[in-house]
Amino acid sequence: MTTIVTDNCKDCRYTDCVTVCPVECFHYDEQMLYIDPEVCIDCSACLPECPVQAIYEEDDLPEDKYEWIEINAQKSRELPVCADTMEPLPGADEKKAALGF
Amino acid sequence: MSRLGSPDNPLLVAVVGSGPSGFYATEALIKSGVKTRINMFERLPVPYGLVRSGVAPDHPKLKQAIKVYAKIAEAKEYNYLGNVTVGTAISVEELRTTHHAVIFTCGAETDRRLGIPGEDLPGSYTATEFVGWYNGHPDYRNRKFDLSHETAVIIGQGNVAADVSRILAKTVDELKHTDIAGHALEALATSKIKNIHVIGRRGPAQAKFTSKELKEFGGLADCDPVIDKNELALNPESEVELADKTNAGNKKIYELFSGFADREATTDRKCIFTFLKSPKEVSGNGRVESVLLEKNTLSGEPFRQSARGGGDTFSIDAGIVFRSIGYHGIAMPGVPFDEARGVFANVKGRVVKDGEVDPGLYAAGWIKRGPTGIIGTNRADSVETVKSLLEDLDKLDTGEDKPGAAGCYEILDRRNIRHVNFSDWKKIDACEVERGQAAGKPREKYTSVPEMLALLD
Ligand SMILES: Cc1cc2nc3c(=O)[nH]c(=O)nc-3n(C[C@H](O)[C@H](O)[C@H](O)COP(=O)(O)OP(=O)(O)OC[C@H]3O[C@@H](n4cnc5c(N)ncnc54)[C@H](O)[C@@H]3O)c2cc1C
Ligand code: SF4
Ligand code: SF4
Repeated sequence: MTTIVTDNCKDCRYTDCVTVCPVECFHYDEQMLYIDPEVCIDCSACLPECPVQAIYEEDDLPEDKYEWIEINAQKSRELPVCADTMEPLPGADEKKAALGF
Repeated sequence: MSRLGSPDNPLLVAVVGSGPSGFYATEALIKSGVKTRINMFERLPVPYGLVRSGVAPDHPKLKQAIKVYAKIAEAKEYNYLGNVTVGTAISVEELRTTHHAVIFTCGAETDRRLGIPGEDLPGSYTATEFVGWYNGHPDYRNRKFDLSHETAVIIGQGNVAADVSRILAKTVDELKHTDIAGHALEALATSKIKNIHVIGRRGPAQAKFTSKELKEFGGLADCDPVIDKNELALNPESEVELADKTNAGNKKIYELFSGFADREATTDRKCIFTFLKSPKEVSGNGRVESVLLEKNTLSGEPFRQSARGGGDTFSIDAGIVFRSIGYHGIAMPGVPFDEARGVFANVKGRVVKDGEVDPGLYAAGWIKRGPTGIIGTNRADSVETVKSLLEDLDKLDTGEDKPGAAGCYEILDRRNIRHVNFSDWKKIDACEVERGQAAGKPREKYTSVPEMLALLD
């Protein structure tokens, strides 16, 4: 079991999720965030914080998003930790609206 | 004198309580760039608050949060004073004279009361007592729970109620390799409980479980989740709630309930979820024999519905009752207390007296916002409080030379109060882990303070 960030986070990067993570397991690049499955304790704190419902528990991950399990594992290994809120990326609000949230 | 928070005039902060909010406040102070020294006071010799003594023993992954705290504790700015109860061993006033600021992170350690007749009959317990007992908290180690009856009633439908129900529902085999207290494992091995009723005041669309906790009831070795289909009927307002895209959590929970209702129960033990009922009375001759419930209806706008009794009652024969309707903070001499909410009155973490901020006193975690939110919620919360504190730097009492830790040790030594440091805790920790190994447990906790202290002699 782990917890996974998926494509809804792309180009948006509201970092509400990061402020409640008890173990600092989010990593980031210029596009989005990724969760390190080795560090995440599956506490679910981040799930309700994400305004675009980008985060899933592995059990609930829709089949067409399975690839994100590997992407999170791999990217989090290479990228720096995101421990605090960051500025949402430009256009984040528009993307959020486009996703219907 | 140089500015407060500069290298030769560090900001001295006392943190009261070693749970998540205490450690996240410590972390935020250390990361702030202000030069600081933190003395963390904990009434038990052992740290980590409810992560050690609240979070269920069969959720070991969650307890890994303590790795983060152990790392914070390695910082040179940090100092641990365990076995020191603030308010009795050392007063809030004494913390104020020895430090520039005090952050209370002492949690909400008592229960909210139901306020119904029979609540205190033998056989009626609080979730706090039971949770503290199975987690080996020294305050509750000597409690006895009579598990010789077939029917238990749990009042409340949040995650604590889920923990209590699940621990009652699990077999000894499912628990024996966890860090559950030895005395609890022994007592649960003799449990005769077969029917576990979990009662919620509101409907199946408003239950406060997380889907992850609820899901576990579907995978127990010897207990089936049971729901009467009629219990899942929804009023139009609840249908609106579940159709709302932002309410994915409750929709998930409702789907899980529906799945439970479709299941055929095959085991002897059952966990029965019941909605829209409130307890009116616990009764029995000298001990709990039954619980009287009243049927509720919902009224109000979607997401603002409240449950009201309709006068229609019935009773369940039960030998044991657990009340799990929320926690409540405990007042501390020298700190303004909001009795109704059970918190230290505050604005963004600044403690407030008669509507006025009293610079120097702060609160974070459950004692700040009430007993809601999970471990991680306290991180954002403590960050907010530390931000308030740092904004107040110029207003803090810088008095004559504040002695910090040295001043506290002097006070405690004068009173012959034994305090333990973080290396002492590491010794206790190592002994617990070693003790657990023999039984295939991650640790076997010491459950009495004298026992813990004896390890250090
Ligand atoms: C039964 C239960 C199960 C839970 N399960 C989960 C879960 O599965 N996942 C999750 O994420 N969250 C869970 N939580 C919530 C989580 O434990 C809390 O959000 C968190 O512990 C609150 O942190 P805190 O630091 O405010 O308080 P606490 O953790 O309560 O810490 C307060 C500390 O202060 C100390 N203290 C109190 N008074 C004094 C005093 N006068 N002097 C010195 N020290 C004092 C206490 O001994 C304690 O160590 C659970 C809570 C409970 C009760
Ligand atoms: S809150 Fe959601 S969208 Fe924002 S950074 Fe976190 S996962 Fe991405
Ligand atoms: S589930 Fe918890 S530990 Fe994992 S990423 Fe989310 S907040 Fe962090």
